[in-house]
Amino acid sequence: MSISPPANPALLDISDVSKSFGSVEVLRAVSLQVTRGEVVTVIGPSGSGKTTLLRCVNFLESYDSGSIRIDGKEVGFREMGTHQRRSERDLAKMRAETGMVFQSFNLFPHLTAAGNIMLGLRKVRGKSSTEARAIAEHWLGRVGLAHKADSLPAELSGGQQQRVGIARAVAMEPKILLLDEITSALDPELVGEVLEVVRSLAEDGMTMVMVTHEMAFARDASSRIVFMADGGVSAAGPPAEILGTEIDNERLRSFLARFRASHF
Amino acid sequence: MLGQIAYALPFLAQGFAVTLWVSLLVVVLSLVAGVMMGVGLVYGPAPLRWAVRIFSDTIRGIPILVLIFFVYYGLPAVGIHLESFWAAVLALTLFKTAQVIEYLRGAVGSIPKGQSEAAMAIGLTFRQRLAYVIFPQAFRRFLPPWINGVTDAVKGSALVSLLGITDLMHAINQVIGRTYEAMPLYILGAVIYFVVNYALSLASRRLERRFSFIRE
Repeated sequence: MSISPPANPALLDISDVSKSFGSVEVLRAVSLQVTRGEVVTVIGPSGSGKTTLLRCVNFLESYDSGSIRIDGKEVGFREMGTHQRRSERDLAKMRAETGMVFQSFNLFPHLTAAGNIMLGLRKVRGKSSTEARAIAEHWLGRVGLAHKADSLPAELSGGQQQRVGIARAVAMEPKILLLDEITSALDPELVGEVLEVVRSLAEDGMTMVMVTHEMAFARDASSRIVFMADGGVSAAGPPAEILGTEIDNERLRSFLARFRASHF
Repeated sequence: MLGQIAYALPFLAQGFAVTLWVSLLVVVLSLVAGVMMGVGLVYGPAPLRWAVRIFSDTIRGIPILVLIFFVYYGLPAVGIHLESFWAAVLALTLFKTAQVIEYLRGAVGSIPKGQSEAAMAIGLTFRQRLAYVIFPQAFRRFLPPWINGVTDAVKGSALVSLLGITDLMHAINQVIGRTYEAMPLYILGAVIYFVVNYALSLASRRLERRFSFIRE
């Protein structure tokens, strides 16, 4: 007799993850489940562990205890409980399951926009150069940069670079897309074009976890907002609930109050 | 005078060939060893990093002449007997390797951490990250000091004459011994070394321009 899988299994299952940098505990038993197609935004004061949590999901950071699973597979460690790091090859394979977009873009400056997207397609996904080029052009079109395929990153504006960054991540067809304060390094007038791309990906059903300070975007585009404070999940729920006035969470309330005071 | 020098030219040419051969060996061997050890210094586990660090600091702290004599006259004491040619090549290679390690560390270290992370995030393995992301960017910064080092290697190869190896320098000294025409022969020697090194710097400048894709 086989056990049938649960009706709605979590695509990303973070459970009890803790991590310390020296004596500073940056993550304290964090648990978070994300189901397929969900857009989860993570908000919270700086130093609350949001970015660290995101970086643990694709194992750019290791964690001390707990487990992070994508589609049921432990991300950074070989077996549940053994806490033995995966081999370099395995880790690379696991990381290719997630896409990541960085605050500082991190485009490869020696490659063109198309080249940035093609590198992973060719070396990780094993596509031919013609196939990879076609996929790169498709995604550059999606982010409105079809005409910039052969431009080097230095020739692009910040907003354009970040859109290439998004295209580079999604072209790999990741199961989940991680967005780490992707608009924080942008001039205000360039934020909109980048968020527009994220919104369209959300409409396509891309599963996303997004650390952001863009409250309006979090309210409009996310299915769930997670508020982190002091390395833990302090509150989580639908935007209306988390950003509403009813919520009974002192820390969240003062965070939002301070946030509104400085942003409006 | 000119007749005597013309008569010695084939002999000098042989010496020049030895100079080029020593330089080439040293440059290629130190490049391979230095890049591998430099990668160990930047990315390796702690014991490897320490080992490379100690190697590099020790070698760079010793005058190259001492190193040459040590390898040739010192190593036989522990049972390692090398022909003078290979002793000289080994000593020069050790010296140059230590420099290549430092050039590599500097060049790779100047690439922002975000580049490695972005490369990891798309699923590239360590070797792929080095080959497609880190080295192509580090190359441009590695090249100028390295080419400088190559010209140093060509000049430094003259030291092998001290072990009695007939390189260009030694050949010149021998011809001077026979003809007593020190001035014109040393000038000839200087011109030959200069031409080789100047050609190298020109080539380097052209290469640098070719790899100037990154505007900073």
